[in-house]
Amino acid sequence: MKQHKIVIIGGGPAGLAAALGAKAHGIDDVLILERDERLGGILNQCIHNGFGLHTFKEELTGPEYAQRYIDRVLAAGIPYQLRTTVAEITPNREILCVNAEEGAVTIKADAVILAMGCRERPRGALGLPGFRPAGVYTAGTAQRLMNIDGYMVGREAVILGSGDIGLIMARRMTLEGAKVRAVAELMPYSGGLKRNIVQCLDDFGIPLKLSHTVTKIHGKERVTGVTLSQVCADRKPIPGTEEYYSCDTLLLSCGLLPENELSKSASVELDPVTGGAVVSDRLETSVPGIFSCGNVLHVHDLVDNVSQEAARAGEKAAEFVKNGRSSGGTAIRLKGENGVRYTVPQILYADDMDEKLTVRLRVGDVFRNKALVVCYDGKEVKRLKKRIMAPGEMEEVTLQRDSLTDDVREIIIRVEG
Amino acid sequence: MKQELTCIRCPMGCQLTVEISGDSVTVSGNTCPRGADYGKKEVTAPTRIVTSSVKVRGGELPLVSVKTASDIPKDKIFDVMAEIRRCYTDAPVYVGDILIADAAGTGCAIVATRNVERVNS
Repeated sequence: MKQHKIVIIGGGPAGLAAALGAKAHGIDDVLILERDERLGGILNQCIHNGFGLHTFKEELTGPEYAQRYIDRVLAAGIPYQLRTTVAEITPNREILCVNAEEGAVTIKADAVILAMGCRERPRGALGLPGFRPAGVYTAGTAQRLMNIDGYMVGREAVILGSGDIGLIMARRMTLEGAKVRAVAELMPYSGGLKRNIVQCLDDFGIPLKLSHTVTKIHGKERVTGVTLSQVCADRKPIPGTEEYYSCDTLLLSCGLLPENELSKSASVELDPVTGGAVVSDRLETSVPGIFSCGNVLHVHDLVDNVSQEAARAGEKAAEFVKNGRSSGGTAIRLKGENGVRYTVPQILYADDMDEKLTVRLRVGDVFRNKALVVCYDGKEVKRLKKRIMAPGEMEEVTLQRDSLTDDVREIIIRVEG
Repeated sequence: MKQELTCIRCPMGCQLTVEISGDSVTVSGNTCPRGADYGKKEVTAPTRIVTSSVKVRGGELPLVSVKTASDIPKDKIFDVMAEIRRCYTDAPVYVGDILIADAAGTGCAIVATRNVERVNS
């Protein structure tokens, strides 16, 4: 059995930043396992700009942002294995991985960092009626086909879901000469960033149909059109509102799901809301020595936040290896309530926590002129006024260690008027 | 002339109304000065960064991703795209390499945004 101090599962933005974080905190024996043919993860296909405004103070494209981290990893001499798929992780941190050169190999790690990213919600999970013709793609698959492999996916498209990837693909297809007939969104608000709605849809006159969904996919061999219907408040289609759109392509941009099959094999406890691991303030999962960061932990809007979170996971994994122990003391639960869907982390160990902790959270609806309120055991300790909060934009709250007394057991963050 | 816009300078997304009469441009609906700036620029000289990809011969990948080196006038987007689509390059290509010096008369270069190594086939 091979042995390494820290093994990182995934060589995307989270894995790269985690590796650098671990190395910077004194662990030289770090290995990155990546199943694709290159490092960089999903950034390789995100050729649009807008990445890295916080980290590098400039707007980079996805591949440029990835390259900066890849260059740092290479300069630091951190080893990585490409075309290597991890099949299983055990709770005692044995990693079974496979590649064409070595076959199946088991690696024992002192600490593991989960950085596998997320997947798109596929057609099967959406329950769309109709045949199963060619021409139905998730937006990310279409993005890969167009930007990496060089194939045009269609000439006339309808997009279901107004997530950022769907919006970006509406522009991408338009620039390449396709006609995007409409973007339909089930909810009464878009799940994407405002900037993308303006620059990807409004710029090209593409209609955004809020409170609409696909109620039929037409075509047997290839998509020939879709029917869109308006939905009422309970998201059920309203009879009589059907509209037919002819198209040869339907793109789906209906949400991202953290990819936690390996976490499950390691018996890591998952949060039903985020779909990612339940973690402590050190980004350690319920299994000692296994850490989680990036989109496998919870889906982020900005890669800058992924890099920052992952660097911390690297740092905390390095401390675990050096100290040989997890956080101790009394666990304080962190919870979202009244409009706050979740918090990451979900657990805090005050004795071991850093001076300041950034708690990330999402709200479940659009709120205007409300406040995020932090309560320790029911007592309000912080109130942050917010002009606007939306499900598509992650929020942050900073907690100070010295604001916590020994007796605090529960921290609740809620939306209040 | 009146124009309705959504401000994108922050997540508020204020609905702006921009009025142009002669040389004067007035913005309303904004809740901060940045919204006024945005509204003025959008109606007088809107610009965008364009990103796409260029075909590569002899590379590990068939395409290299590219961008305009700076923002270009919005009404030149499709002219620039037409030139990008006609362009070919040879591997290796590296981040920052100039593939088109002046795209569609905008004075703006098209630069590579990723590395594509050469492969011997």
